[in-house]
Amino acid sequence: MRFRFPEMLALAVVCTGTCGCTRERRDLSDVPPSASIPRLTPSQYDRQYQSNAYAMSQGKHLFEWFNCVGCHAHGGGSIGPALMDADWIYGDDPQSIYQTILGGRPNGMPAFNGRISQTQAWQLVAYVRSLSGQASKSASPSRSDSLQLKEAEQSQPRQQMQPAAPASSQHQ
Amino acid sequence: MNHSALHPAGLHAAQIAHLGLTFLIVSCAVYVMVIGVLLAVLIRRRRRGSDPNTLSRSERRALIGVGVAVGITTVVVTALAISEFVTRRSLEQDTGEPLHVRIIGHQWWWEVQYSSDSGAGQVQTANELHIPVGRPVQLQMTSQDVIHSFWVPNLQGKRDLIPGRTTHISLVADQPGRYEGQCAEFCGFQHAKMRIVVDAQSPADFDAWRQVQLQSAREPVSDLERRGKQVFENSTCVMCHAIQGSLASGTIGPDLTHVGSRSSIAAGTLPNTPQTLVLWIANPSAVKPGTAMPSAALSGEDLRSLATYLASLK
Repeated sequence: MRFRFPEMLALAVVCTGTCGCTRERRDLSDVPPSASIPRLTPSQYDRQYQSNAYAMSQGKHLFEWFNCVGCHAHGGGSIGPALMDADWIYGDDPQSIYQTILGGRPNGMPAFNGRISQTQAWQLVAYVRSLSGQASKSASPSRSDSLQLKEAEQSQPRQQMQPAAPASSQHQ
Repeated sequence: MNHSALHPAGLHAAQIAHLGLTFLIVSCAVYVMVIGVLLAVLIRRRRRGSDPNTLSRSERRALIGVGVAVGITTVVVTALAISEFVTRRSLEQDTGEPLHVRIIGHQWWWEVQYSSDSGAGQVQTANELHIPVGRPVQLQMTSQDVIHSFWVPNLQGKRDLIPGRTTHISLVADQPGRYEGQCAEFCGFQHAKMRIVVDAQSPADFDAWRQVQLQSAREPVSDLERRGKQVFENSTCVMCHAIQGSLASGTIGPDLTHVGSRSSIAAGTLPNTPQTLVLWIANPSAVKPGTAMPSAALSGEDLRSLATYLASLK
């Protein structure tokens, strides 16, 4: 059976209507802090955080509120390493970044364990990854509440990640 | 009666109520007149006959009638416009030395800051605006996130809080009392749970309140309260909240130095008691879905001591 134009149009409208939904879904539940790293399958992580506009914009708030900007600036880095490049000392995968935030790292990265909820930590992970273009373009933040200091996360080029370097190479 | 523009408790609200009443009376009179004329025309028996003389006479009468009606309309509308203009102008005028208060809108609570200009130090509180009766209060308002709107109907009209700029509104309370307000610009999930209370007090009571608010937080006395303070300083709370005189100095959430003296928590969502504090801290998203306050993983005993400590911060 061949589709004619009106049917194609109707199909296109239905598809546009449904595929945009997960981006805007807002999960308002909150998982309290926990000492162990929660198990989150890649698809769960992707659906709830990395492709979700609400989660990443919350992450952007938290990045300011918890003073991540104090050391990492707005991704460019100053006291702490830059987060918008391809260079990751302790790994660029979500689990590693989660561990970095919760457990801290030598030479200055404080541990937020017990101080931020799991939901907040994952929101931060998703936002941090969006800084180097690792998040869905359609869901990354496109604007800031304050003056825009650099190009929006949405227009960051996707960095080609290198395999995690041995922890002895830099910032030691 | 404490959340109504029809029961003004201040100079500005009285002027607004007065203007509203004027408009209501004039509009009612016009309505009655229009309906009256319409009924008269419908009821009056149509005169028969097609004498060209009568026809032209009735046309002339109609012309005069319409002309008079247009004239009256012009006069009435102009008079209403002038009274509106005069009222609006007097709403903007300050009388006497005003008390300056800064109000910052957040999703979804009100930050209230008394500047330290008039000799007293800076006071920070949330969701409660204390003002002395009879003294004009000038509010300088802005927003941290989206547009909110300040509206306490018993005292003044609305004014928006806009991120990145400061808006002003002045109000004065004639009678002591607690007047309720509510965010009047849709601002997200919990727009409905963004309330503020204006507590108009006698000048002496206001000064006493301000003196108490200026002090650092009360030190815990019982073991339970001491444990509560320890829990506060060692858990998620300190990321966002400040208690003057303790290690906590976050600036994202409301200042909790005198949280026990407030009548409600979470911007008018729940009355302020140790029980509701436990409910709120254990799972804020259940009480106010979408709130920026995260849940804390605390044991029952820790929660109870924390709530006792917070409630003791009068």
